[in-house]
Amino acid sequence: MNDQVFTRWQGKPLDEVIYECRELLEDIDYPTVRRWRDAGGKVVGHFQVYFPEEIVHAAGMLPFKVRGAPLEATQATSRFGSYLCSILKTSLELVLSERIKLDMFVTHPICDAARNLAAIWGRNFSYPCQILYLPQNANSSHSAQYLHDEYNRLKQDIEALADRPITDDDLRHSLQVFNENRSLLRQLYHIKRETPWLLPADEAYALMAVGGFIPREEHNALLHYTLPLIEKRDMKQQDKIRIVFEGGFCEQPPLDLIRMMSRSTYVVDDDFMIGMRWILDDIPTGGNPLRNLAEAYLENSSYSPVQHDLRKPKEKMLMERIKNANAGAAVITAAKMCEPGLEEQVTYVRTLDKTGIPYFVSEFEENMTSFDHLEIQLETFVENLLFN
Amino acid sequence: MTKKILDDGIVGRGNRDGARLFREWFSSLGDVAEQERNAAYVFVMGSMAEVLRTFDIPTVFPEINSLQTAVRRVAHEYLNEAEDYGYSPDICGYVKADVAVQLRNGQHPMGRIPKPSIAVLTNACNTYIKWAEIWERMFDIPIFTLDVPGTRTAGGQTWQGDPHFENDRRYVAAQIKELISQCETLTGQKFDIDKLREVLGHTNTMNQGWQRVLDLNQSHPSLFNALTDGTVYLGVTNGFKGTAVGAQYFTDLVEEMEYKAEHGIGTLTDEKYRLIFVGVPCYPIFRRFNEMFTEWGGTFVNSTYLWFASGGTNRGFEYDLNRPLESLAEGVLISVRDAMDSMFYQDRILVDMIEEFGVDGIVYHPIKSCRTVSTGLADNRRSVMSNYDIATLFIESDMMDRRVVSEAQLKNRIDAFFEGLASRKHKAAMAG
Ligand code: SF4
Ligand code: SF4
Repeated sequence: MNDQVFTRWQGKPLDEVIYECRELLEDIDYPTVRRWRDAGGKVVGHFQVYFPEEIVHAAGMLPFKVRGAPLEATQATSRFGSYLCSILKTSLELVLSERIKLDMFVTHPICDAARNLAAIWGRNFSYPCQILYLPQNANSSHSAQYLHDEYNRLKQDIEALADRPITDDDLRHSLQVFNENRSLLRQLYHIKRETPWLLPADEAYALMAVGGFIPREEHNALLHYTLPLIEKRDMKQQDKIRIVFEGGFCEQPPLDLIRMMSRSTYVVDDDFMIGMRWILDDIPTGGNPLRNLAEAYLENSSYSPVQHDLRKPKEKMLMERIKNANAGAAVITAAKMCEPGLEEQVTYVRTLDKTGIPYFVSEFEENMTSFDHLEIQLETFVENLLFN
Repeated sequence: MTKKILDDGIVGRGNRDGARLFREWFSSLGDVAEQERNAAYVFVMGSMAEVLRTFDIPTVFPEINSLQTAVRRVAHEYLNEAEDYGYSPDICGYVKADVAVQLRNGQHPMGRIPKPSIAVLTNACNTYIKWAEIWERMFDIPIFTLDVPGTRTAGGQTWQGDPHFENDRRYVAAQIKELISQCETLTGQKFDIDKLREVLGHTNTMNQGWQRVLDLNQSHPSLFNALTDGTVYLGVTNGFKGTAVGAQYFTDLVEEMEYKAEHGIGTLTDEKYRLIFVGVPCYPIFRRFNEMFTEWGGTFVNSTYLWFASGGTNRGFEYDLNRPLESLAEGVLISVRDAMDSMFYQDRILVDMIEEFGVDGIVYHPIKSCRTVSTGLADNRRSVMSNYDIATLFIESDMMDRRVVSEAQLKNRIDAFFEGLASRKHKAAMAG
């Protein structure tokens, strides 16, 4: 697959590049995935949060991040009960409505709801649908070996789909591509943290999130192009409160909500699409690449309410995120009906209470269109902080 | 012995003994609380009672304590307390009721439960993990998550000898060893493999009895109501797993069911419709909920609840006592995986059961609290109905929160379902 699927940004000024990314992000017909397929490529859809995309990439296929969409779930709603988060329904809607066509679908046991998706998807589509059992006991001495074996099982399924073997060298190459991507995203977040006035949160989000549905090489090229332009931007620092946003690990808030937050705050760190930045450092490419990938998931990774690791109590990790980002406050959110997110909110809030860090609690839904009330509340919160 | 005497002694014994054992169990937990002895908080899907009993660590099932608050109609007080503490109305009611029990120093409607010295959980439900994280913070105790890989894809279960099964088995076996060392540290006792063998022996008797009891309900008329009587038996599978008392209970229960089958003794319901229940019962109006079916002559001959809430022991897995540890890993993997299959991949087995159990209809009861069980039920129903011409009913409520239980609405839907069933029967009779 040599054809590029996302070229509209090339050679354009930064604002236009960001505009193109936003447009792509909000285009529920996913033209880049369509182009990939039209050129004969295969697509493996993987549900939030983390997925070892390198294995799919190594087989020459497109890993597509299934993360819901701002659309009405007209067909999917009848396949689900009530009391569920939106991302489950809109993700299925994307495929039932044939906006996205997949060759394989993988979900993970991240939560009670999402672990049902392999069965639901499998009853509706004839292509392979499965659960990748990422370990929920990260603290066993056998977890890395288990995860290596589980990745190997997935690799065999992907080889069958691609009708070709995946060699260690294929995997090493993919690790390099994704290492580069993660490094570029770290740079993006460095800018957000150190000079947030140069990069509002919604713009950073758009630049990052498009990576979920274009080939990673293209995403790398996009970031290589934009990062120096961002650093050269002529934008003035404002007297805004620095905040950390927590709660975007799975269902994503609408872009307009992130933009709304950027108007009154500097979002200096967050957990939006944390799966893309789950691995914190370069994964070694020598030795056994699958083992390295497995070790990185367990030993060198971020945190989220849906991964259980005794070494990473979530509230402690949040405090570190706030401290490292030199933030003065936190916005603690959860997607509506997101059980793990809502449960974690209690722990976060109680810890923030103890430490005296101001916070703002709220819920969101990917499909929400009106933020007036939320905006007033957030502005009041921010004003109280600035003037007290 | 006359039949009358046997009827009096055997029929209904399971329910009587079950209720008695339950009371005794809760009272013993009260003693543990008073004496501040070690106790493990565990869950119904993968309680690991086999290991914990080897160390004489009493097990507390917070799910069962929570559901007792609903059955005794006081759940709302507990839910409100937890919501005031900060927990959202949109999370599992079991968790919230337990938070309130803990805030009340272990006091609940059946007595008092001890504080945990350790929590042992599996990944069969993700809420287990979040729940245990709450205790970790409340009590500063070790929590042990035994991660049991489930079925990856519909119909894709692997078995002994398959390399993928062996990978999963090794992972479970390694974790069981780690759990054993943690129990050694907690109790100061050395692990005794002969004691494990004894516990596994009792579990074997119980598992096989449980499987036999469930199978025997293919009888016409059915021998027990899976929704009501079944819940009593379920309590014993969980609370008395691995004990001589539990093993004897199931030996007796098999005897009772065989006796009833032989003599054509059914449940109290004049059986007109044989139903399968899929989901979790409506505990806030438990008795009334069941009556809405029995009034029409409907009785539940089986239920997915009895499978997953017994941790998959309905499979009747038999531990090999000659290699107890290896076999324990296999048994835990197969049984807990089966419990998960009963929640996610149960559509095929439901279709098979229609013939085996002579089923007239399937009742789906997804609940707000439990996304594990409920998320896929609408699609499951769609799939079952497209594979088999069977009447189904889809009703939603909750197993804890009476705010989302509308009795009148449930009754309307249930009545309409039975009217449909009656008309089906009538048409079939006319055609036949
Ligand atoms: S938003 Fe929350 S509940 Fe929904 S799929 Fe993601 S983790 Fe699960
Ligand atoms: S979510 Fe369901 S399975 Fe999990 S603890 Fe709650 S009721 Fe039990």
